[in-house]
Amino acid sequence: MAEPVATSQIIGSDGFELHPADETAILRELEHYEQPQAACIEALKIVQRRHGWVPDEAIPAVARVLGIGPGAVEGVATFYSLIFRQPVGRHVILVCDSSSCFLTGFDELKQALVDQLGIDYGETTNDSRFTLLPVCCLGACDGAPALMIDDDTYGPVTADDLPGLLEGYP
Amino acid sequence: MSESIPNQRRSVGYRSRLLQTEAERRADTHPLTWRLRDDGEAVWLDEYLRKDGYQSVRKALSEGDPQAIIATMKEANVRGRGGAGFSAGLKWSLTLQGGDIPRGYLICNADEMEPGTFKDRLLMEQQPHLLIEGMILGAFANNSRYGYIFLRGEYVEAARVLNRAIDEARDAGWLGPDINGSGFDFDIAVHTGAGRYICGEETALINSLEGKRANPRGKPPFPGQSGAWGKPSVVNNVETLCNVPAVILNGAGWYQGLSGDRTDDGGSKLYGCSGPVDNPGLWELPMGTTGMEILDRAGGLRDNRQLKAWLPGGASTGFLLPEHLELPLDFDTMGKEGSRLGTGLLTVVPDDMSMVSLMRNLEQFFARESCGWCTPCRDGLPWVVKLLQSLEQGQGEPGDIELLDKLAADCGPGLTFCAHAPGAAMPLQTALRHFRHEFEQGVGKPRGEAHQDPIPVGEV
Ligand SMILES: Cc1cc2nc3c(=O)[nH]c(=O)nc-3n(C[C@H](O)[C@H](O)[C@H](O)COP(=O)(O)O)c2cc1C
Ligand code: SF4
Ligand code: FES
Repeated sequence: MAEPVATSQIIGSDGFELHPADETAILRELEHYEQPQAACIEALKIVQRRHGWVPDEAIPAVARVLGIGPGAVEGVATFYSLIFRQPVGRHVILVCDSSSCFLTGFDELKQALVDQLGIDYGETTNDSRFTLLPVCCLGACDGAPALMIDDDTYGPVTADDLPGLLEGYP
Repeated sequence: MSESIPNQRRSVGYRSRLLQTEAERRADTHPLTWRLRDDGEAVWLDEYLRKDGYQSVRKALSEGDPQAIIATMKEANVRGRGGAGFSAGLKWSLTLQGGDIPRGYLICNADEMEPGTFKDRLLMEQQPHLLIEGMILGAFANNSRYGYIFLRGEYVEAARVLNRAIDEARDAGWLGPDINGSGFDFDIAVHTGAGRYICGEETALINSLEGKRANPRGKPPFPGQSGAWGKPSVVNNVETLCNVPAVILNGAGWYQGLSGDRTDDGGSKLYGCSGPVDNPGLWELPMGTTGMEILDRAGGLRDNRQLKAWLPGGASTGFLLPEHLELPLDFDTMGKEGSRLGTGLLTVVPDDMSMVSLMRNLEQFFARESCGWCTPCRDGLPWVVKLLQSLEQGQGEPGDIELLDKLAADCGPGLTFCAHAPGAAMPLQTALRHFRHEFEQGVGKPRGEAHQDPIPVGEV
């Protein structure tokens, strides 16, 4: 797990600076590939793991470490659904809206999430605890309807299971 | 069904599992799963070696003949398990190698995101060394210098298991320089994605691997000629690669015999079933097993519902009817019926589900996941969704259904850059063919009335 860092450490005078440990981690990723750009997605994920999301100011910083243009990084950062470009809550709920879940109670589960959290897709609760997003088939269709909270996959999940489940993510 | 495997419906935390106990699985009939443990824990290196692991690599490297591996794979006719069914041996025989051609890449497609598909997850979470062994063999046959497992970002547990297994294999000399004293060197990295279904398309995957937006590339050149960083690259699905070790160890004749006289396609298959059935799950069965047997294993439909339709292998395959359950689930038979085997995991549609609503759900998926490159896909699919939404509300206009026909036809094979659009068209076209009256009901009805009486089974 990453150590929490003070804001002063990560925001340099000339804007965003990568945490040294993240820079090291990104440089280590480069060893796997013929070209540095290939580490771009992983680099954005490393930034996101520390900050929760990828702020605009992080793009040139990542580009600098990889030695590529910021445009290339921005193009990637806007394409992939699991790279968040806005602040998210402490926990991200990905609810599967694909066919097997749709056939086994997705509508009720989604409604229960909306009711219990008071937010819809793309929104974050007022206490910054949860962000709700839809996701493609989680490959857990034998446990449909399924969802993920952070790195954990659950299924089958009913509306009644939700309060107990959410409690585990303060 | 065995008592020792808990029913998924009782648990909340999800665990991938096979619904066949060790007693039912044998090395000579269940090459993909016989080593799996009933407790669902991963098979690590010691146990894998005890269960004849890496024997196939040992044999192939000591024989030292990559072309012989390709010949055996061709003869066995292992057809791609990512959904397209292309012969792996034939693909490998077309990879450029020799002379001054640089060594390329062996890429495992572990992006598993096809709605209704949950098979590669099991193989990776519980038996990582079988995939690694298959990749070493593939790399040796194709002269690949390095391998990537392109894993979808959400498969956190698979990433953990694979990384540990790769370290184990490297420490034991099965990866790295001079593997098992053969002079052959090869290593593997796990590359995790960040969402987007299109990354599973093999040329989009290569762009994504290179750190670019995941737009597909035009073919030719095929990846085997010019793939990652312009080097010859082989892309194969997880399950395809997991078949390789046993084929090389036991031979093409054995593999062909696994399916008996059910079908011309050899081997076994990880079949599965999901949707409102009593016991959704996965089973390794002979290729050509019927839909009926799989639905039976899944315990039939829940709550006394009737079967209305089914998809044989994911959202991008065509709908079939109850009468098709008696057919062998193989690539050619499904093709003849206007569908595709796809991933071979059945999605079951009960009689009280509106086909219009289900199609709306499927097309929302395809529209959202379009990479935006081609017009029929980028602009046509959102239009399809709009039309389906109004039909669902009973607010369709005369001509809407013909328009759906046309939009689907515009997405047909050969008209777009990749197979995403044809994948969106196939379920729509088959739904319109088999259940047209249900769509017609959605035209010009007072709001809310359209689907109050679901269509009885058989009346199609
Ligand atoms: C939109 C789209 C998504 C795909 N997703 C996957 C996938 O997640 N996994 C996979 O193995 N193949 C997927 N494929 C098929 C691959 O393009 C390719 O055919 C396959 O990886 C080849 O391996 P195989 O011959 O071993 O099946 C997808 C194809 C398309 C058009
Ligand atoms: S068919 Fe769709 S997903 Fe495929 S390249 Fe065209 S726009 Fe992209
Ligand atoms: S459709 Fe939801 S997990 Fe597969």
